[in-house]
Amino acid sequence: MARIGVFVCHCGENIAATVDCEKVAKACAQLPGVAYSIDYKYMCSDPGQNLIREAIKEKNLTGVVVAACSPRMHEPTFRRACAEAGLNPYLCEMANIREHCSWVHPKSEETTLKAIDIVKTIIAKVRKNQPLYPIKVPVTKTALVIGGGIAGIQAALDIANAGHRVILVEKEPSIGGHMAQLSETFPTLDCSQCILTPRMVEVAQHPSITLYTYAEVESLTGFIGNFVARIRKKAKSIDEKLCTGCGECVNACPIKKIPSEFNMGLGTRPAIYIPFPQAVPNKPVIDRSRCTYFRTGKCRFCESKCPTKAIRFDQNDEVINVQVGAVVVATGFTVLESTFFPEYGYGQYKDVVTGLQFERILSASGPTLGEVRRPSDGAIPKKVVFITCAGSRDPAKGIEYCSKICCMYTAKHAMLYKHKVHDGQAYVFYMDIRATGKGYDEFVRRAIEEDHVKYIRGRVSRVYERNGKIVVCGADTLLGAEPVEIEADMVVLATAGVANPGAEELAQALHISYDRHRFFTEAHPKLRPVETNTAGIFLAGACQSPKDIPESVGQASATASKVVALFSRDELTREPIVAVVNRCAPPLYSTCVGCFMCQTACPYSAIEREELRTRDGTLVKTVARVNPGLCQGCGTCVAFCRSKSIDLQGYSNEQMYAEVVELFAE
Amino acid sequence: MKFGLYPGCSLEASSREYLESLRAIAPKLGLEFEEVKNWNCCGASSAHAIDHLFSVALPATILAQAEQQQLKDLVVPCAACYSRLAIAKIELTENAKVRNELQAKYHLSYTGTTNILTILDVLERVITPEVSKQLPKRFTKNVVCYYGCLLVRPQRITNVQRVEDPQQMEEIVKTIGAHPLPWGMKTECCGASFSITRTELVGKLCGRVLDDAVCRGAEAIIVACPMCHSNLDMRRSVIEHVTGKKYTIPVLFITQVIGFALGLTPAQLGMTRHFVSTESIVSTSV
Amino acid sequence: MLQDQKYRSTLSGTLYSKLGIHVERCYQCGKCSAGCPAASAMDLKPSIILRMLQVENERYDREVLQSYTIWLCLSCHTCSTRCPMEIDIPRVMDVLRSESLRQNLIHPRAKDIVAFHVSFLNTIKRFGRLWEVGMIVEYKIRTRHFFQDVLLAPVLFLKGKLTVVPHKCVSIKQLFTWKKQESSL
Repeated sequence: MARIGVFVCHCGENIAATVDCEKVAKACAQLPGVAYSIDYKYMCSDPGQNLIREAIKEKNLTGVVVAACSPRMHEPTFRRACAEAGLNPYLCEMANIREHCSWVHPKSEETTLKAIDIVKTIIAKVRKNQPLYPIKVPVTKTALVIGGGIAGIQAALDIANAGHRVILVEKEPSIGGHMAQLSETFPTLDCSQCILTPRMVEVAQHPSITLYTYAEVESLTGFIGNFVARIRKKAKSIDEKLCTGCGECVNACPIKKIPSEFNMGLGTRPAIYIPFPQAVPNKPVIDRSRCTYFRTGKCRFCESKCPTKAIRFDQNDEVINVQVGAVVVATGFTVLESTFFPEYGYGQYKDVVTGLQFERILSASGPTLGEVRRPSDGAIPKKVVFITCAGSRDPAKGIEYCSKICCMYTAKHAMLYKHKVHDGQAYVFYMDIRATGKGYDEFVRRAIEEDHVKYIRGRVSRVYERNGKIVVCGADTLLGAEPVEIEADMVVLATAGVANPGAEELAQALHISYDRHRFFTEAHPKLRPVETNTAGIFLAGACQSPKDIPESVGQASATASKVVALFSRDELTREPIVAVVNRCAPPLYSTCVGCFMCQTACPYSAIEREELRTRDGTLVKTVARVNPGLCQGCGTCVAFCRSKSIDLQGYSNEQMYAEVVELFAE
Repeated sequence: MKFGLYPGCSLEASSREYLESLRAIAPKLGLEFEEVKNWNCCGASSAHAIDHLFSVALPATILAQAEQQQLKDLVVPCAACYSRLAIAKIELTENAKVRNELQAKYHLSYTGTTNILTILDVLERVITPEVSKQLPKRFTKNVVCYYGCLLVRPQRITNVQRVEDPQQMEEIVKTIGAHPLPWGMKTECCGASFSITRTELVGKLCGRVLDDAVCRGAEAIIVACPMCHSNLDMRRSVIEHVTGKKYTIPVLFITQVIGFALGLTPAQLGMTRHFVSTESIVSTSV
Repeated sequence: MLQDQKYRSTLSGTLYSKLGIHVERCYQCGKCSAGCPAASAMDLKPSIILRMLQVENERYDREVLQSYTIWLCLSCHTCSTRCPMEIDIPRVMDVLRSESLRQNLIHPRAKDIVAFHVSFLNTIKRFGRLWEVGMIVEYKIRTRHFFQDVLLAPVLFLKGKLTVVPHKCVSIKQLFTWKKQESSL
């Protein structure tokens, strides 16, 4: 017979004001299996916890029910108290008579009766509770960082500097990401590359960081502390050990007119190329889709010029499996292209560029070597219109959210333009100015007050070309929405920041969730901002939502601290709230029929196939097994199981039925 | 190919050359038309300005009649009529309240079996590459195609692909040898029904259209809407008065330029009915 | 949101409850005003009309109905095509016109536009189709703009674009049940 102790908390007035706690305690004392029942003003206080500890010892309790607040608040408190008194903590449960009862009902007899009902159901459950023991999992102390932009770089360095190994995977030929493309950074106007490249070099030189560029993660299996990642290292077509990065091959390549990805299509590159001068690693790759040799079987000019004979046309992609304990996803974002905007000309006007293209125009390493020249004819634009919220905050275009970074970089663009073209005029069409970072609003004010950028509050309806000018039709909503028409030489669209094209596939490969805009989802928007719903996988940077550099770096360091915390132990302890497929004596072994419906249902890929064999090794049957390291205890498999062979520890079917039956029993 | 036809009021009066040219090119392109019997006015821009249900009732009467005649595809050359009929069709098929009210009040029933097509939808089907090869003449002019509003907007009615830069008319005129130029006023409003009440505004809006067309080097403006035509053609003197400039660029219905390529005479295509001389086109196209 | 009776009685309440058009969606970006071909002639730009409807008080509702703007809207759908919040502004204008007519709040400068619509509809009521001569004559009588476009008439006639006799009559009089007092949305 169970010996259960019931402890009813008043929570000061929170519960006692509407529920007669003494009556609840007395009513529960009468229930079968209840050996002790008492009410107290603050059960979570030290004296309150002592009541529980002492009762366990004195009354020899086999189970504890604390009728108080939500288990989200104090379950750990009371379970710890029980453990201290020698009771298995999983024999202690909470009955929520505060959020579910006292807070939502007036003081009345019925309220007290409801509280009693709630406690009764939990007592019924505790009668069926079994002692459970935390699960121990070993930890592989190597982190996989996916994406070599500033967030990935920062996370990799922080983890490596804490003494752990890091594998950094970047899909482009060089690390650096979007930050390497930027001219100068707000609000301090320091050169983006100048502050980034030391970090890039540090990554390359760090003894604990293994860098794979031109590589992609294809799949991820395993669970927290014990992942296996499959990485495809695309063939660079060069022998990196022999290559000195001299660039002879790049000069030799006869294909010169490929739009440069790094310059956002404003410049060109050859088929064998190093994306930008400060690239890390500073060694070329052959773009096989453009290379004449790979297309026609002839050319090999680069090979003939290479002084170290490093060109390898016969190189194959290499697929490797690596074992890692944690994964940091830092794959970044991209911006909409101007072709997305019907009313701004579907990208058909050369002098209507995106913000990222304008960064390249401003950048000293860009196609114009830092001089502001417009793409169509290379003329210096005397009138530039900047249009913010191009695509952002536009539900009609499917993007409701604010891209967050555009207000600031547009102010920066206008300011840098004015610094470079003194007699030029800059106009910014805006809806709201969102400058909420440190020194941000001051920066925008500086653009307006010191650099005389004309800010016009209104959205631009249309942009079209007329006689070599770009006509911008807007309105000034602060002047009665009077239409404003500006004949500009160039237009810069602050196009919305959007998820990368491959984001969905990557999320599916990693088993992490993503929102309808294909940004990866954090576990909790406030309290778990860098964790995903999959244990051991963390987020950093703009793959979660558009972010500026300080925020990406901050988030990357936060993620790194999570990873380092995970790596601080040799074993992981996890709550034993996991599903279990039953096992029983031969000849049945398990009631599982091996249909594996659970496998398709499991969102965490936690269901494995287990071959049950007799002692002499003959196969009896193949049944499901839940990997406790992966299982998140959601219970989906339990609902799917046709033969009722799976149960969720701590929330077994028997326990649930007992609760429901108790509720309806008179 | 057989189509139902709803000409609409303008095509019988102020824009009769549009209908005349359509009827003239039809046999050469293998087009046959069956007119909606006893058709009434669609209500144009006035009915919906005053009462919504009424603005649906007028085209609904036409649609009901078309359905009775079992016209599967109904071509509506006038862009304004097209818009009113297409909006009515959507209202009748998607808005149960309006449908029931019209049924109760006027015993109008329409089940939605009649497709409503613009003139461009029809021409794009019949002017195939084969037809284009056999044309007796080619209309080798630099032109701008002017869609105005109602052929493209509202997009949920017209289902046009590139609402700010449609290409349907361009594709058609290319097949008869014309060179459509990119320009900036393709889908801007001409002032529509303000022709009589706000002539100055029409002059201003049309001035921008003509200006841009001339600026791009166009020799003709191609239209598929009687309102656009009469505002750009009949109101030319007002436009010139408002802008203080002279414009000689002729405005042609798409059916007229196709007629040229098919070898029809200017008289057959109603060219004499224009206010702005079409001599520059006629003299060099013959 | 719509539980408040006062809310229902405002124009935005009517727009929402009858047509599902939610003027609260407007965040005043001004894109409609920026692209409107008639904006320069309007007394209140379209986005201002939306703003006044959002305030929901009698004064602004009345000002909106008395505005010149609602009669200048060309229903060209440029605004709604580009509206980031997908507000059907031409439909809003339709409703405002009906309501302005019903409450007899027509802007003095818009009387001739209303006269045009009425002449147009009267003509089609009489003849089933538009007879331009009949309509123009009625319009001229209603507005006393006797000399407007007088010079156009003979040219139109010579070009065969004016018909002196109306087309054969098609009766659609049964459809003309709408009254100023009971405008349906």
